[in-house]
Amino acid sequence: MQREKAAPAPVEVVLTFCIEVDNVDFSYDLRPVLKNNCIQVPAGCIYGILGPSGCGKTTLVKLMAGILRPAAGGVKVLGQKMPALNIMNNIGYMAQSDALYSLLSARENLEFFGAVYGLDKKRLKQRIPEVMAVVDLADELDKPVQNFSGGMKRRLSLAIALLHSPPVLILDEPTVGIDPLLRRNIWAKLFELAAAGAAIVVTTHVMDEAAHCHRLAMMRGGMLIASGTYDEILKGAHAADVEAAFLYYGGGVDES
Amino acid sequence: MRVRAVALRILQQLRRDRRTVALMMLAPLFILTLVYFILSADTTPQRVAVINAPQHFVENLERYDLRVVRLSEGEAHDALLRQEVIATVDIKGGRKYIEADGSDSAHINKVLPILQQAGINPAPGQRADMAPEIHYVYGSPDLSTFDNFGAALIGIIIFFFVFLVAGISFLEERISGTLERVLSTPIKRWEIVAGYVLGFGVVTVAQSALISFYCVYVLGVLMVGSFGLVLVMTLLAALSALALGILLSTTANSQFQFIQFIPLVIVPQIFFSGMFDLSPWLQPLSYALPVYYIAEGLTEVMLRGGGFMDILPAAAFLAGLTTLFMVMNTKALKKYRQI
Repeated sequence: MQREKAAPAPVEVVLTFCIEVDNVDFSYDLRPVLKNNCIQVPAGCIYGILGPSGCGKTTLVKLMAGILRPAAGGVKVLGQKMPALNIMNNIGYMAQSDALYSLLSARENLEFFGAVYGLDKKRLKQRIPEVMAVVDLADELDKPVQNFSGGMKRRLSLAIALLHSPPVLILDEPTVGIDPLLRRNIWAKLFELAAAGAAIVVTTHVMDEAAHCHRLAMMRGGMLIASGTYDEILKGAHAADVEAAFLYYGGGVDES
Repeated sequence: MRVRAVALRILQQLRRDRRTVALMMLAPLFILTLVYFILSADTTPQRVAVINAPQHFVENLERYDLRVVRLSEGEAHDALLRQEVIATVDIKGGRKYIEADGSDSAHINKVLPILQQAGINPAPGQRADMAPEIHYVYGSPDLSTFDNFGAALIGIIIFFFVFLVAGISFLEERISGTLERVLSTPIKRWEIVAGYVLGFGVVTVAQSALISFYCVYVLGVLMVGSFGLVLVMTLLAALSALALGILLSTTANSQFQFIQFIPLVIVPQIFFSGMFDLSPWLQPLSYALPVYYIAEGLTEVMLRGGGFMDILPAAAFLAGLTTLFMVMNTKALKKYRQI
């Protein structure tokens, strides 16, 4: 085919991403929820997905977590097409609702999910105090979850997501209802995990949390309206803060 | 092992939920006891007014446990209207004139044949050697209605309570979001279903044993077969209820919608359990329903003393139905996670 003199083969830059979302569409009962989304999250990156509730953030992260299957396009996690059961062991997923067994104690919840993730007794014994220290719940281990406050349940959910030390973390609104001091601690822990090589996706509708993320995507009406680093996004919109930037990018979208 | 983890978790939850455990264990005992007293109560003797009749006739009636009062024609009629007696009899010229209260069909249908057949002359059967000799192949002369229904009833009640508790608790898991959370782990869909069946299975073993023991040794329902086989049948009953309850809970969106399955799924099964006579064209329908096999198997063991081979068809069919429900369950979970 190549008639011309063989040019030096282009060096193929193989950039491996921990999470790749490629032109993904998704609809619930024929109602499109996501249209044509692309996201790439490399290792060591905290990727924020920012948008109002109902914009499709949760659907997008469920596709990444392998709970939903895209109608078109593909999602890859750690190089493998999702949904794939063997990859799900490498993902820590924190759902938007506190999916906890309220009759059980925090410890029993952790033990159950640990067993489902295949952790043995010894590892569980070591990990449970570790993750509970991260979310500052070490003293509440044996209290039944039904006596927990909303913020405590949120933190326990996060602890469960961290339990099996997954290289990929997908956190759906992890800091709702958590007080500012603890929120700062949790972010510090997320930075620590990212520095150790984890890829972390965080959704939020709190604009000021966006500044913490290495990279950011703004979503509205099921579509990404902007992505890049925090500074890039602000600069591109000539905006002073995220909110102004969101209005700038979102203004161009015709919501019909 | 993830199946074990799910089963253990269910047991831990139940341990904290005393009320549900009590519902599974004690409510069936309570209901069975009530039914026992209703069905095996010594029926209070029916009162009959006699206007004109020879003394022999009255004695014959009393022999059949009827309470006889002698009244004048007017008094008898008034007593009937006031429902103090269920029928009045007057014998004129060797002919019986009977006035009856037909509003209580169950009782009048027992009383009328006695009134019709009771002789006017001294009762026959005084000579013992002339009394017919009756030999019972199954059951015994003092078999009460409760003995008759008891076997089937044990199965139905276990089926009902297990269906309810397992279905609701699986539904809770969906509504609270924990099902989705569990489905975000590498657990396989069948492992969730198997874990549920195993976890509740352990509870239903205890439940079946308790209820069977109570019925046989405390209420004294007729039981000529082996207690072990009764346990096998009740356990199979519980497992099929469990699998069906979980399966149907995937089609309900709230606890209220699940409760709606009781009139749709449980009540018809009681009619098809073999406790009632059905018109022949309805009969084949019962062959598709678990409760029919449960009642059939339990009756076989308890009333007819059937052995393992006798209950094998019913047991095998129940086991098959349970497996089918579990497979359908695993398929139904696809709605919540594709893989």
